[in-house]
Order: sequence, then structure tokens, then C-alpha cells
Amino acid sequence: WSRAGAMSGSGNLMDFLDEPFPDVGTYEDFHTIDWLREKSRDTDRHRKITSRSKESVWEFIKGLLDAWSGWVVMLLIGLLAGTLAGVIDLAVDWMTDLKEGICLSAFWYSHEQCCWTSSETTFEDRDKCPLWQKWSELLVNRSEGASAYILNYLLYVLWALLFAFLAVSLVRVFAPYACGSGIPELETFLNANLENTFLSFFFFPPSHFFLLLPSSSLLPFSSISSLLLSFSSVSVFFLSSYSSSSSTSSSFSFSVLSAAAAAGVSVAFGAPIGGVLFSLEEVSYYFPLKTLWRSFFAALVAAFTLRSINPFGNSRLVLFYVEYHTPWYMAELFPFILLGVFGGLWGTLFIRCNIAWCRRRTTRLGKYPVLEVIVVTAITAIVAYPNPYTRQSTSELISELFNDCGALESSQLCDYINDPNMTRPVDDIPDRPAGRGVYTAIWQLALALVFKIVITIFTFGMKIPSGLFIPSMAVGAMAGRMVGIGVEQLAYHHHDWIIFRNWCRPGADCVTPGLYAMVGAAACLGGVTRMTVSLVVIMFELTGGLEYIVPLMAAAVTSKWVADAFGKEGIYEAHIHLNGYPFLDVKDEFTHRTLATDVMRPRRGEPPLSVLTQDSMTVEDVETLIKETDYNGFPVVVSRDSERLIGFAQRRELILAIKNARQRQEGIVSNSIMYFTEDPPELPANSPQPLKLRRVLNLSPFTVTDHTPMETVVDIFRKLGLRQCLVTRSGRLLGIITKKDVLRHMAQMANQDPESIMFN
Amino acid sequence: MATPWGGLPRLGASLSLSCLALAVLLLVRTAAAAKNSEDVRCKCICPPYKDIPGHIYNRNISQKDCDCLHVVELMSVREPDIEAYCLRCECKYEERSSVTIKVTIIIYLSILGLLLLYMVYLTLVEPILKRRLFGHSQLIQSDDDVGDHQPFANAHDVLARSRSRANVLNKVEYAQQRWKLQVQEQRKSVFDRHVVLS
Repeated sequence: WSRAGAMSGSGNLMDFLDEPFPDVGTYEDFHTIDWLREKSRDTDRHRKITSRSKESVWEFIKGLLDAWSGWVVMLLIGLLAGTLAGVIDLAVDWMTDLKEGICLSAFWYSHEQCCWTSSETTFEDRDKCPLWQKWSELLVNRSEGASAYILNYLLYVLWALLFAFLAVSLVRVFAPYACGSGIPELETFLNANLENTFLSFFFFPPSHFFLLLPSSSLLPFSSISSLLLSFSSVSVFFLSSYSSSSSTSSSFSFSVLSAAAAAGVSVAFGAPIGGVLFSLEEVSYYFPLKTLWRSFFAALVAAFTLRSINPFGNSRLVLFYVEYHTPWYMAELFPFILLGVFGGLWGTLFIRCNIAWCRRRTTRLGKYPVLEVIVVTAITAIVAYPNPYTRQSTSELISELFNDCGALESSQLCDYINDPNMTRPVDDIPDRPAGRGVYTAIWQLALALVFKIVITIFTFGMKIPSGLFIPSMAVGAMAGRMVGIGVEQLAYHHHDWIIFRNWCRPGADCVTPGLYAMVGAAACLGGVTRMTVSLVVIMFELTGGLEYIVPLMAAAVTSKWVADAFGKEGIYEAHIHLNGYPFLDVKDEFTHRTLATDVMRPRRGEPPLSVLTQDSMTVEDVETLIKETDYNGFPVVVSRDSERLIGFAQRRELILAIKNARQRQEGIVSNSIMYFTEDPPELPANSPQPLKLRRVLNLSPFTVTDHTPMETVVDIFRKLGLRQCLVTRSGRLLGIITKKDVLRHMAQMANQDPESIMFN
Repeated sequence: MATPWGGLPRLGASLSLSCLALAVLLLVRTAAAAKNSEDVRCKCICPPYKDIPGHIYNRNISQKDCDCLHVVELMSVREPDIEAYCLRCECKYEERSSVTIKVTIIIYLSILGLLLLYMVYLTLVEPILKRRLFGHSQLIQSDDDVGDHQPFANAHDVLARSRSRANVLNKVEYAQQRWKLQVQEQRKSVFDRHVVLS
């Protein structure tokens, strides 16, 4: 992203097509961003604009536009986020219902929408209406019986397979990087600039069109991560298209990505503040206050846009927005903490199994990615259909589990034995004994729980866009609901036990199983991702119940403690390590006693450092040096004898400057001396014109002495976002430490194989 | 610094996205302006009470009238029971925008259809066309392309040929070939070597 010199490629239609492109099909390595440099460049540019703005009105307007351009981009991101979320919600709803039947009056309606205006719905069969027909009714005109069931089953499996196949082939043809949840990649990208190759995933916006397919195909994917990524991609896409090249600094694009992540979570969960916190906690690496404010703005605009589109017809933002205010009691903290422990254990189990499976996938099974997707979808669909809790879409399942049972719910889960003479209003139903339906529901839920756990382990990480939020929440919600029903029945049947006696009187509404489901969902999500504050904020924004903060916090804290006892990494960090991304985690602590000399290059036995001298190298020498090595930059010293450090020159800028000089400046030939000082050196009379390259020299490279402990060096790299750091002793240059060296060293110290980290 | 942008898909994508965004936003406005009478309802659910069976009532009525007395047919309920019956009924006012749903789904399906068509064109039709245009001898099979029978292997050739003329069509073709090579590289690295970064 660092635009050096003449390379600006935006704004013009023909420019898009005309870009000079050295190597078609090969990619540069990723390069870490030099934050210090970016920041100073940004302030320079700002100063230039403000000084110029005093010159004329036009310049003043341009200055204003530049200042506002950031906000305009945030506004666009928010608008797009909201629009995309609305589109995705509607389309996923429709495609999920398409697997079971179709609306005869208008094929674009989902089941609920189709029956919206019908007046033939009865109290017992609330879901049936004559306009919506299952496939068996349509094809063979029968809706009950064994043949109808088998036909429905078959068509269900076929539709799921079709969606999955479309998804994987579209991904394979158009955007092969659009696999997995993308959050590990997003985190790494925001941590170390992973330029070209990687961004091309993000920059294929139509990828979000087929991100819907996996979620509709019933694989346990959530569209949330997909939403996040599509927003990020679209936002940076717009950024590159519409901003002028000078204002697209890397730090700005990073703040845009952070804001896009915040907007994504905001519309996915209906939680703007939670989204900002999520971006802060999980995704971002360098998060100045300006980014915080901008992310908040983007999340706000996104929420507003989604609300105006109103996909769910009730001015709600999310499918599982519940709104009950029944109180909870101190004695219930004990089952909540138990749910937290369950969440932590689930997190550990999931991370270990998933990583083990992903390792096996990269070695053996990975030869057939398309086949793998098809097979997993087939297995999922075949096993999922018989159990009504796995047949429906996961979001609907969570919504059902979160909801409290009023007198009006007709689902099996709410099949309590009602007192027919009861005259209480609707939302204050006392605890009731469970009817047969509830017991059936419990064992079906237990089976569904086991199924979901197993299948999520195998599907996360497949070569289609997939996510983790909704499946984890589903697992937690199922477990929580079962525990909640258990506690409720225990309280009802044994209300004279000492634990219940104080707070639960017969005839009162003591236990709300829906709340247990919410707490369980929070615990499981926290156990897997290790989010803390952002998780609690998301959950209570999701439910609107401020009085439930304490149970949610208790569960989140417990699950994080339990999960951390078994392993330090969340799922995203684990995938980052699995893929070998160069990620310098802010949360890791470096506690070893090595010094800078131990890590710096060149080590003993290696060839000496490639340096440039101040004024004694020719253009040809430099070009040879650049061609023979592939370092990102070269230190510049006074001379080979006295290796006193002057500065640091970047490879790209050197290449560009030399190229420009050869083309434009008079008299520059291969034998011309290259100098970095203010005045040209003394030269004999016939020598060719010397080339001054002082402007590409960074006169303030970061240096440490050779006895600096590595702890400090790692801290410096983290906090300042350095790319490389030079090591000196009494002013003489000894060596260089790059971020990759630091990562290798940390991996070595942690006994990880340093060769598995991806760089050359 | 090289940016491997596929010019053509990027353009098309930006246009389609802007169209989609604009369309949906405009529709929100029009839908709000001309509210279909069918898109508003008051739904009352009444559970069974004594000998009255449970029933669901749907009526298209304004929000202030959305309660039991206006919506529920109280003919079959005896006078003293009306209040108790109505207390147990739950009435909710709901709105939706059918136009938004219709437009969204249709736009989504059409874009999906376009992508599928393009995919079919890329994988099936184009190699046949290229083979006919350039002849068998021009097709270069690269060495490490073992399981990947994509036609992109001769992209270099096409590139060399099309650079000679500089009009828009050839530029588009050039950009498309560049994009294809890029995707092919990505595909090789993701699906074959299982690394996301090269």
C-alpha cells in the first residue's frame, strides 16, 4: 500500500486496464508496514495541504474535502454494510426455506412471508397455509405419509448439495482465497501488511454473493464472518477506487478495515457498540482513538441503514432479538457458572479437534477440496433432516431457544401443562410442569447438540466461506436451554428444598430457561474466541436486557478462565499459527532472557550485511546488489571501513529512483557514483554525472544496541509497529533485526518449528 | 508496487454493487411512500379458553386499532368471558415491505445467474473458442499444472499478441487475462498447496 513515487493507479478507467505489471502471475512477499514512516508521511501530507489551503479558495475546498474524505468513506461503509446485511438476511431466509418448499403465489417469498397475509392459519398448525407447499405436495400431491417424507428428505438433501456445489465452484473459479471465516486473515492483515496476493481476496466484491450459499445449505456456517469480510472488502475496494492516491496511506486503509469490521458486527448482531469493541479487541492491532470514533460512526450508520430497510418487518435488527425482563436470582449463579465451565470446555475441545483436523486436511484430505465440501454437506443434510432442531436454520433455532414460552408459543419446547383456569396475563406465567413435548424436545436437543459439536469441528476451515459465531452460539443455547428446563422443573417439583425455598414460591415465575440459553450461548462463544468485554456487550445489546449483565459476565469470565487453563489461544489465533501467518500478538508475553545480538542478522558464519556506502558505490554496483539479494532495504554507512550508520534506504524506493534517474536525468550511466550526502563528493574531471539519492534515505532509522534485551526489542516492535530495527555497537553498525526475525525467534523460544512460519 | 487488480471484474463489480445499493435504497424510499395495503397487519393469537378453541386472527388495520376488541371476532364469546379471553390474547402490529423483498431476491438471483454464466463461459466455452482461434500448437501446458486443465496457460501468448493493438477491447482482454492468471495462482496455492499466502 505504500505508494512510492509515480505509482498511483486510481481514478481513470484506462488506468485500471493499463497498469504496468512486472510479473504477471508471481507475487511479492508480504511486507510489514512501517507504521512510523506512514505516520510521518501522513503528517507531511497534512501539513502540505493545510499550508496550501491558505492560498486560494479552491485549495481551501480541497483541504476541507481531504479532511472530510475519511468521514465520507465511513459513511459509505456504513451504508453498504446496512444494505448488504439486509440483502443477505432476505436472501438467506428465502434460500433456507427453498429447501423445503416453495410459495405458489410469489416464488420470492420465504415460508413466513408467504403465509403472512393468509387467514387460513389455525391455532394448532400455525405454520401451514395453502399458499406454501412443500415439495412433496407440489410434485406428488401428497403431504403426509412415508412417500411424502422420503420425497421431502431427498429434495432437501439435493438442494443442500446444489447450494454447496455452487458455492465451492464459484469460490474456486472467482475467489480462491474466500475460504474459511477470514477473521484470522483479517487479523494478520491488520497486524502486518500482507499486500497484494492477500488483498485480492478482499477485493473481489461479488464474493459475498455466493457467501450466502453455504449458510443456506445448512452447513453450520454463520453469515456473520462473511458479512464482516464482504464489508471489509467492499469498503477497501471503494477506498481504492475513489480516493486519490495520496490520501490512501496504509494506516488509513487499516482504520477503514477496522471500521468495516465494526460495522459488520453491528448489523449482524444489532450491536453497534459491541461491534466497535469487537474490532478493538479481536481484529485491530494499531487502534488510535481516531479509529475508535470513526468505527463508531460507521457502525451507527450501518445500524441505521439496516433499520430503514427493515428486512424482518418488525423494525428489529436481528433475528434473535428477545425482550423479556424477568428477574434472575442469586442462587441461579451456580448453574450459570456451570454453563461457563461447559463453554470453556467446549472451546478447548473445539480448538484442539479443529486444529488437528485442519492439519490432517492440509496433508491428506486436502487433495479433494470440492469433494470434501460435497461429502460433508451430504452427510450433514442426511443426518440433519430427521431431527427438527437441526433441520431448521441455525438462526431460527437460536431464536426459538432464546424465547421464553408465553401462552402462545406452539413449539414443542413450550409444551407445558397449562392450567386451563389460569387467568394470569401473558408474560407472567408461573412455572409449570413439563408436558410430554418438552421431554421429547430435550432429548432431541441433546442429539442435536452432539451433532452440531461434531459437524462444526469438521466444517470450520473448509474451502468455502464459513464462520463460527452462530454455530458456537447454537451449541451454547442448546446446552443452556436444557439446563434451564432442568432447573425449572427442579424448582417446580421440589420447591420446598432449601435452595429454592427463599426465592421461589409456587405460583411464581422463577426460572426463565431462555435466559439460560443466552448465558450458554455467551459462554460457548467466549470459550472459542476468548472475547471478553465485546462478547458481553454484544449479548446484552442483542437481548436488550441490562439486568442480565451479571450472569453474562460471570459466564464469560468463567469460560475464559477454564479455556485458558487448557490453552492460551483462541480459535483465530490458533488458525493464524496453523497457517503460519506472521502475526505479532499483542497479548503474548515474551519472558526469555535473550539479547539483541542473539537474534540479529547476520549471525556468525553468515555472509556480512549488505550495505550501501555513502558516496563510493556506482549505480551499477547498487543495481547488482539489488538484483542479487531480495532484502527490503539496505542500511547506509559512511564507508566500508568505518561502519558508522547514516540511514536506511528502502528497496522499492531505490529501484524507482534509479529507474527515474536513468530515464529522466541527463548523463546518468552505470558508472555514475551514487551519493547520499548533501553535496556531491570530490570526483575526477571526466567522471560521469553523480546521482543524488538523499531523498530516498531515511535519516532516522530505529536502532538498538547489541545488549538490548529481546524483551524490550519485542515491545518496541509491537508498540511502534516497526518493520526492521538496526543493531549498533558504539555507533558502528552490527546487524539488522526484522519483524520476521523476531517472529522466528519467538516461535523458536516457544518450541514451535520456526520453519513453518511463512516467509522466505 | 504492483497491484494485481483485475480491471474488468473490478469495474463490473463496482458497477453492480453501486446499482444494487442504489436500487435497494431507492426502493426503501418508494416502499415507504406507497405502502401496499397488504403489507400491514395486526396479528392476534388467542389461546384456548374454557370451551372456546384457540384461534389466530389477521387483519389489516392501523396501529392504534390493533387490539383484541377490534380484531378478534367476539361473536362466539359470552359476555362475561370476553374480558378474560381478551386478556389472554396477544396482539402485535407488524409491517413489511413486499417490494423490497421481491426486488432484492430478483436482483440477487440475476447476479448469481450472471456469475454462473460467466463461470460456465470461463471453464467450458472459452477453451473451445481459444483452441479454434489459436490452434492446438499454441496451447502451452505448464509443468506444474498437473491436475489443473485450465485454459489460462496460454495467457502469456494472448497477452503478447494483444499488446500490439491498443484499443479498449484489447485492453479489456488484457486485463481479463491478467486477472485469470492471478486467480489461477491463487487457486494453485489454496487448493493444491494449501497455503493462503504464496
